Amino acid sequence: MTLHIEHLKAGYGKTEILHDVSVQGIQGGAFVGLIGPNASGKSTLFKTLAGLVTPMAGRIAIGDDDVTYLARKDRARRVAYMPQAFGCNALLSVFESVLLALKQTTGWRVKSDNLDRVSDTLNALDLSHLASHGIADLSGGQAQMVAVAQTIVRAPEVILLDEPTSALDLHHQLSIMTSIRNEMDREKPVVMAALHDLNLAAKFCDRLVLLRDGVILADGPPHEILALPEIGETYRVETDLERTGRGALYVDARLPA
Amino acid sequence: MTIDANAAGMRQAYAAQNARRYAMIAIVFGLLVLSFFLDVATGPGKYPLSTVFDVFTDPLSHGVRLKVIVWDYRLPVAITAVLVGALLAVAGAQMQTILNNPLAEPFTLGVSAAASFGASLAIVLGFSVIPSVGPLLVTVNAFVFALLTCGFILFATRLKGVGSETMILFGIAIFFTFSALLALMQYMASEDQIARIVFWMMGSLSRASWEKISLGALLLAAAIPFSLLRTWPMTALRIGEVTAESMGVDVGRLRVEMLICVSLLAATAVSFVGTVGFVGLVGPHIARLLVGEDQRFFVPLSALVGALVLSLTSLISKSITPGIIYPIGIITALIGVPVFVSIILSTRREKLS
Repeated sequence: MTLHIEHLKAGYGKTEILHDVSVQGIQGGAFVGLIGPNASGKSTLFKTLAGLVTPMAGRIAIGDDDVTYLARKDRARRVAYMPQAFGCNALLSVFESVLLALKQTTGWRVKSDNLDRVSDTLNALDLSHLASHGIADLSGGQAQMVAVAQTIVRAPEVILLDEPTSALDLHHQLSIMTSIRNEMDREKPVVMAALHDLNLAAKFCDRLVLLRDGVILADGPPHEILALPEIGETYRVETDLERTGRGALYVDARLPA
Repeated sequence: MTIDANAAGMRQAYAAQNARRYAMIAIVFGLLVLSFFLDVATGPGKYPLSTVFDVFTDPLSHGVRLKVIVWDYRLPVAITAVLVGALLAVAGAQMQTILNNPLAEPFTLGVSAAASFGASLAIVLGFSVIPSVGPLLVTVNAFVFALLTCGFILFATRLKGVGSETMILFGIAIFFTFSALLALMQYMASEDQIARIVFWMMGSLSRASWEKISLGALLLAAAIPFSLLRTWPMTALRIGEVTAESMGVDVGRLRVEMLICVSLLAATAVSFVGTVGFVGLVGPHIARLLVGEDQRFFVPLSALVGALVLSLTSLISKSITPGIIYPIGIITALIGVPVFVSIILSTRREKLS
């Protein structure tokens, strides 16, 4: 499965935020990191791909299917968008909250295979011990993992993750990213994640797309993109790309003198 | 092996949880039936439950007098209590979900105050919003004003920057506006009219009639499948608007559809019995604690708890002083305010932690 984004323009009201964004041939099973400073249009791009924002122009296609104006519910079957995390106080268990994500597109009655699917997803993300906990009582890291579960339980072809590791400690950052990678190895969905941490992006992504002011500045493998002078300019810092002793990429950034 | 064991365990836990919920619903339903029969049996003349059963199955089994008392006086009141309690609680439950505020209900959003003003217009000026409704003048006026207020709330939710806390402030604004207008009406009213307004505002089940009961039952019968069809999107709304949208829910449309539905329920309920505060708060609150917020269980149980609360209130209103029926609005407020305060305190705790 391949995701194509062609000449996409989108925004809110009359304000255009994305100007002519094109990202060609994002392959299933590849992890694409969307990087760029705050307010560069990352969330708007995801919302447009997920059908929450109607594009002003351009085309979105999954494989050969044009999904640009696909109705929201039909789109939700194919594209799963995980918004930036925030707490909630609903009296629902983790199991129920994942089940309800699945039930939005699978009919009213809870069938046996729905329950299987939820159990499998929770097992795959190592969340089974939390299944009957209330979602309001979870820690930040646990809540984020549950949000990932709500996203992948639907077995979408395209997964869009908006800052999946924000506000998490190092252990939870790595475990979330690893879980997503494992899911990709299993089901081969297209995965795009908006990431702020460039070193995390370098570690997990196969391809990076740099967005600034609604325009794509660069697109390519991490070792090329992170070495570009545009990185420093975009984030208004000075950067050097180094390799650690273990061969991992490391972006050394500091404020300009 | 462990993975399969985990999966089976999770499914069993979920099944057990649902079994408990069905049991809860059955228990509350049983209590409601009991309360309903006690309500019919209680009054200036107290009858054993067996006699009430006899009169139910064969109206004339204990003479014409008992048939008239049970079928013409007490039964409409008892059914109205159940029906209005259910209507108010379902309206409250849905408003709380749509507006994402546990304090939302017809009373706190000013719908009851608006209805009172509509009623007072009819009582004092004989002014009818909809012409030639005859003896239903007061009820129809109350209904129209309640519905207009719901329309205003619907409009307010569409405004930018109106959050869930702001909605309750809107409710307070509506409440004060209509209270002032109501005071104006009372100022212009004769002594007799003032008495009627005050009595209307205190809430009473004695305005029950079989016509109103059929209308209310019809509405509830339409609202329940309407809500049940939307249980999954409504449950999704509880974990956040953006999350629900990302799951494919058209939140804007869902809000409008549900608000129109609950507006009809709330307006009907308050126009039938006057101001009965806090049932829309207590019913959903207890239901939430018993079965959580999967709307498949939450909405029906809210209806049952609301019905039970108002049915018990009706029973209490006749039992405090023999021969006197106290206005139910006073009793529900006295029960409801502690629940109101406990919700405020528990939400505060959640936000602090």
